Amino acid sequence: MMKQFKGRVVVPGNCRAEALVSHGGFNTLASYQMAIMFGDKEVKCGDQSNTEIYKMPMLGKALCLPMTIGSTTGGMVLYSVCAQKKQPACMLFSKHIDSLAASGAILSDVWTDEKMPVIDCLGDEFLETVKTGMTVTVEADGTVTIED
Amino acid sequence: MNLTQEQQAILDGSKGEVMARIMKTLVMYGDAFEAERMVPVTGEYGHTVISYGLKALSATFDLFDTILEGDCALGQKFTADPRPLDKNVPSSLLEDIVFRKIMYSQQDRYEEQLKKLGILSDDGFTCAAYLPEVGNTPGRGDVLSWAESSAVVYANSVLGARCNRNSGILELMGSIAGMVPEFGLLTDEGRKASWIVEVRCEKKPEAQLLGSAIGMKVMDAVPYVKGMERWLGTELTEEACTYLKDFGAATASNGAVGLFHIENLTPEAKDLGESLIAEGARVYVIDDAELRRVRDSYPVIWKNPDAKPQLCFVGCPHMSMQQLRDWTDAVGEGLKKNGRDKVAVPTVFTAPTPVIREFQQTMDGYRLKKYGVVLSYICPLMYMNNPLCKKKAVITSSNKLRTYTSARYYTEPEILDIITGGRAL
Repeated sequence: MMKQFKGRVVVPGNCRAEALVSHGGFNTLASYQMAIMFGDKEVKCGDQSNTEIYKMPMLGKALCLPMTIGSTTGGMVLYSVCAQKKQPACMLFSKHIDSLAASGAILSDVWTDEKMPVIDCLGDEFLETVKTGMTVTVEADGTVTIED
Repeated sequence: MNLTQEQQAILDGSKGEVMARIMKTLVMYGDAFEAERMVPVTGEYGHTVISYGLKALSATFDLFDTILEGDCALGQKFTADPRPLDKNVPSSLLEDIVFRKIMYSQQDRYEEQLKKLGILSDDGFTCAAYLPEVGNTPGRGDVLSWAESSAVVYANSVLGARCNRNSGILELMGSIAGMVPEFGLLTDEGRKASWIVEVRCEKKPEAQLLGSAIGMKVMDAVPYVKGMERWLGTELTEEACTYLKDFGAATASNGAVGLFHIENLTPEAKDLGESLIAEGARVYVIDDAELRRVRDSYPVIWKNPDAKPQLCFVGCPHMSMQQLRDWTDAVGEGLKKNGRDKVAVPTVFTAPTPVIREFQQTMDGYRLKKYGVVLSYICPLMYMNNPLCKKKAVITSSNKLRTYTSARYYTEPEILDIITGGRAL
């Protein structure tokens, strides 16, 4: 199966990576705090409330999510994750990006050399279609292709 | 975005390369939300969510060095979230070593940066800087460049200020530039409610439980809450404000709420009533059964779920003076009822430094100390941010602390019962 979606480019770029899907809001601080504090090489998700991806490695994955939630340290955490080269390959939002994720993505783009394409407004069908483990390809114009 | 000539010049480098990058960050932030223009920050002081020199965040402090080297002074002074360390809070030797030598090894470096950037004072470290004793209380309509989810939701909802849920780092960039992009909660349209919450509980709902339920349901939307008048009244009394402080913190941490309206109580709801409700708003009914369902959904991640509590935190967000007084009375009564002189579980109440100082001068302050409760300015969330605490059976009445750490949530009456020895776990 191959399916394409078109979103809005927040931070441009290309990548191809394995999907990691959170259908609930992604709590950036809760997800990353333990991993970045203690140098977890796989950057496993530490958010106990997000049972779908709790303890799953996030490094280099195509993180597919509706939005981020939680503490307003979220953007700073995402920036720090990127500065330490521990970021996901890309972030793909079904909804309009939220202010914290946007802050983190933009801070990373302006203040680091790391690349993390960010696409939003991919629609609910995107999140219903993509499954953890599928391959996701992101193009600079915001086209996202999912392969089974 | 439509920039003025001056703003465009800054973006083009008229005030140096670092300032140009700060402006680029703010412009990209605005573009992501289709903002059309920048608006001036009109609140007197800023507030930053970053208060801890966590080694893992060294990149952030490197960035602040870059900003300071670029001669980018803040256009306004600011307060910051609570410090992560306080020697008064119980900790083991191992924890002390981990906290001071490993985790927060950047604390001194960061506090030096804060002084150079313009921290208001040494008393300015609290998540509840809007409390009158601290002095960073914005007025209605003030445009802010703040971060700290519980402070932003309080400033927007209870004080009627205008602030987006900005992130750490970005909020300081807004304070440096003296401007923020106009979108979301800065606009009348963005302050409309897309959820109506009807509270139909039999008794006054626990603030942090009600906030949690609403946050989990509406996520980042604005809720218009009905049915609270019988418990909170129609005036923003100290008691109502304290309730809304804790309620708001839970909506913001268990979801991503940046603004709520309480019918006939919060300033905009009082003035504008149901005209604040957007067309097509969805309805969420909350009764006692729904609150039970929400509470039962919280996972218990203690290694031993039957462990005896080793530590109790109350005050995330920081407690107000009224809360300290009320809890002191309640602890005193509980201890008397249970035939005890001191609390049965090591207990820490957290509050802003100026509140603690004032409270300690009172008879209540003396009583609380006698009961064995520790008063601290610490951030319990930062204290618990390590694997050693994960092994510790910590209990709390804070839904925010529960969300981010392994602390186990109990309602306030339950916490009281446990710490005064009336209920063995």
